Amino acid sequence: MHPGLNHLLFVSTSLFFIGVYGFFTRRNLVTILMSVELILNSVNLNFIAFNKYLWPHRLDGAFFTVFVIAIAAAEAAVAIAIIINLYRSHQSIDVEKAEELKY
Amino acid sequence: MNDYLVLMKSEWLITITIFLLLILKVRGEMRSDRLLSIAQVMLLIATIVGFLFNRYGRLFGSMYYTNPLIGFQKALLTLATYLISLLCADWFKKTQHLAEFFILMLTALLGMFLMISSGNLLMFYLSLELSTIPVAALANFDLEKRISSEAAMKMILSSAFSSGVLLFGISLFYGATGTISFSAMSNHLSGEPLQTLSFIFLFTAFAFKLSVVPFHLWTADVYEGSPIAVTSFLSVVSKSAFAFVFLIAIYKVFYPLEKTWYWLLVITSIATMVIGNLFAIRQQNMKRFLAYSSIAQVGFVLVGASAGMSSGTSSVVYFMLIYTFSNLAAFGVVSIISERSGKENMTDYKGLSRSNPFLSWVMALALFSLAGIPPTAGFFGKLFLLTAGASRENYWFIVIATLNMIISLYYYLRVVRSMFMEKNDNPIQSVAIERSVYFGLILCGVGIVVTGLFSWLYQYIVSLI
Repeated sequence: MHPGLNHLLFVSTSLFFIGVYGFFTRRNLVTILMSVELILNSVNLNFIAFNKYLWPHRLDGAFFTVFVIAIAAAEAAVAIAIIINLYRSHQSIDVEKAEELKY
Repeated sequence: MNDYLVLMKSEWLITITIFLLLILKVRGEMRSDRLLSIAQVMLLIATIVGFLFNRYGRLFGSMYYTNPLIGFQKALLTLATYLISLLCADWFKKTQHLAEFFILMLTALLGMFLMISSGNLLMFYLSLELSTIPVAALANFDLEKRISSEAAMKMILSSAFSSGVLLFGISLFYGATGTISFSAMSNHLSGEPLQTLSFIFLFTAFAFKLSVVPFHLWTADVYEGSPIAVTSFLSVVSKSAFAFVFLIAIYKVFYPLEKTWYWLLVITSIATMVIGNLFAIRQQNMKRFLAYSSIAQVGFVLVGASAGMSSGTSSVVYFMLIYTFSNLAAFGVVSIISERSGKENMTDYKGLSRSNPFLSWVMALALFSLAGIPPTAGFFGKLFLLTAGASRENYWFIVIATLNMIISLYYYLRVVRSMFMEKNDNPIQSVAIERSVYFGLILCGVGIVVTGLFSWLYQYIVSLI
């Protein structure tokens, strides 16, 4: 059986919601960042799938994917820098330890 | 060739400033107050040029487009950044990395310019990231403070999540319409379920950036933890930029889905006003208090945005002009006091009028304007927003908004009362105000009065649409 658009959309949507679940339940900052990457990759899969199956004559989706990958790297770089600085001041990368700002 | 220079003049000026600061920093031997005045002069030039020579035009195969209104909005954002560079001069002179701060802040500003001008979802996404990632780095600028790193962590995670949601919405839109250009997309919109779903994803991302209520939780924490210059940048420049883009999105691109966005706007704006007000009442820290007050103000902006295209745009742009002056004046006063005395709590402001009469009068004027009391411009801003919203004849919605204006009077006037009427055994000492800060505060105060009294300003904005 050939995989069709529905199969790919099923995979990408599950990836998206696994990412959202991880983002809300994980306590380690690096794992939270990995969940965000999961969300972004589900988007990439979506773009490629739509481009191949529905709109194959133009490459909008493929271009978008390249840009999303690049931006995700930039975002991860800043986020990692912030996490390292948080580790220096809190001696931990657990989100529950960063709790001074509330309500 | 000429088009590339004239249409993108604001972008070019900001880019030149960024590179100038970068080169001066790399060459070293530049005192930070000298750098600050260079940045101020460049921003002033960019502001003045921004108000002139605005016309229609498209560049880069319709990826970038501009018109007089967009030019005005960009000039407004530059003006706000210029005021921030004046008002937070105390803090800027103390920091060792002034050039880096301005490079990051101006990069974010450049991202906002491109975002307002974008005619394509790819361009929109790229410039949105350009305008948020540097701000997250800025939030961490007080490297030694624990709360600053916590604020930056919250900012980068929430913005990464919201951009993930935005991208998912964009990818579904691409699947539903087969195009990512704004003009082609609005022709393909028919309101089928997949399009509505992806619009809700996009709306969520906007709600995150504008701190509309179910997605406002990062706002107060980030505002409290970041340096005050960053807080004022976030609450004024970033918020106005996203409000302008939101207007373009709902009126120009998603107008066929009007029923969906109208009801989303009504529900979220009521929630935003009510929750912003209720939480603002119980705040003790001034920065946190201003954060919740700015959340409540966004609720009123959404009331105006829910009207049709012309009255919605004009009232929101006019309100944002007033909001810039009022909020920056309030943040300017908070900045000076926190820099000179280290105090940020509302109880410390008791009896401020005796030791610092000028600062307390500016603060009172700003808070009157935020609350919307008649002689100040804030009243006219709110009046136009509510009148625009009332054009839909959905009167209970306007009644709720008006009731929220009355609630907001309570907490704004509480600060004024503690400054002018209450006694304090340990008052804040009289602080010395620098010349540039003084000038910035005067400029804000004049702006608060003048923008309300001179009606040609509103008519000028209407004429641009």
